Amino acid sequence: MKVIYNSLFKRTSTYAVAIMASAFFFERAIDVTSNLIFDSINKGKQWKDIKGKYE
Amino acid sequence: MRLDMASKLLNFGSKFFKSSKNFFNGAYGKRSSSSINARKWTGTRQKLLTFGALTGATGLLMYAMDASVDASSDSVHPAKQQWPHKGFLSAIDKESVRRGYQVYKEVCSSCHSLQYIAYRNLVGVCMTEAEAKAEAEGITVHDGPDEEGNYYDRPGKLSDYFPMPYPNEEAGRAANNGAYPPDLSYIVSARKGGEDYVFALLTGYCDPPAGFALRDGLYFNPYFSGGAIAMGQLISNESVSYADEDVAPSASQIAKDVTTFLCWTSEPEYDIRKILVIKVFVISAFLIGITYYIKRLKWSALKSRKIFYLPEIQEKAKKAAEDNCPK
Repeated sequence: MKVIYNSLFKRTSTYAVAIMASAFFFERAIDVTSNLIFDSINKGKQWKDIKGKYE
Repeated sequence: MRLDMASKLLNFGSKFFKSSKNFFNGAYGKRSSSSINARKWTGTRQKLLTFGALTGATGLLMYAMDASVDASSDSVHPAKQQWPHKGFLSAIDKESVRRGYQVYKEVCSSCHSLQYIAYRNLVGVCMTEAEAKAEAEGITVHDGPDEEGNYYDRPGKLSDYFPMPYPNEEAGRAANNGAYPPDLSYIVSARKGGEDYVFALLTGYCDPPAGFALRDGLYFNPYFSGGAIAMGQLISNESVSYADEDVAPSASQIAKDVTTFLCWTSEPEYDIRKILVIKVFVISAFLIGITYYIKRLKWSALKSRKIFYLPEIQEKAKKAAEDNCPK
């Protein structure tokens, strides 16, 4: 905890960079996870599942 | 026995009444009604309570009126089907949409327009780009003036919208006994009952009940408001032949497919919306958790403060104030 504070959170500029970077990775993680969940629930119903038949 | 229970009930009721009075006053200590603050607070609380009770009563009344009209409407309520896309996180079946497009093209497009859908909307949903292009090229489009000012006909492009079967509403009415075949782009959103209604309508044709006067050119459908619909039964077994041999083109299958297609045209963003449900729930859970923690953290100082009344100090302060500002 102390390491994170001293290196990232102490200075506002580094804090801002930390926020932006973590937001980016957080969002990407949520995106990928949600898509995985959705795809598994809806196997066979989406275009990506059936397009193999028609390309 | 009954008297005993009645007296017990009365006792309980009076205790409850007293305790509720205490509840309203007790949190702030029993105050004399001469205190202005106490009167003000009870007044606002009373106003809020009456306002809330009135709103609740009005809402209940409106719901009751609406429900009573529902029960005595002039058409049969459609049965609720178990659509594959009706789950909380379920997508629309694109294979069904693909077949539904074929049904629309072969059966419905002679009378019904689909003016808010373009051929490019089909790409990536139920067709590849090449297939959609081929579909588009099947229609002819009357295009605007060329360099010499002449209007010309050309085969369709991906960017073209679905063609209108009639040039205007009057032509549509004239060709259909005075009834205009509605545009189907948003029909599932526009009709009460949604896809259940459309499916029931398409499969619900039957003989009119005895004594039902049916004008010439109209057909009986119990799901249609009033019972007399200008559209005949167009969907029956084998109305359409599917390319996929595994799917048998029964009347209900055809109706299901075209209704699913119309669901998609009504709400093309359906799938994305459902993915957003997952994302919103996850991110909200996280953010609400963090917000709650930080709020409690910042407020902990205030919430754990203690206030003491020390009479000597109060008197000293009073004396000091009097000394400083003599009356």
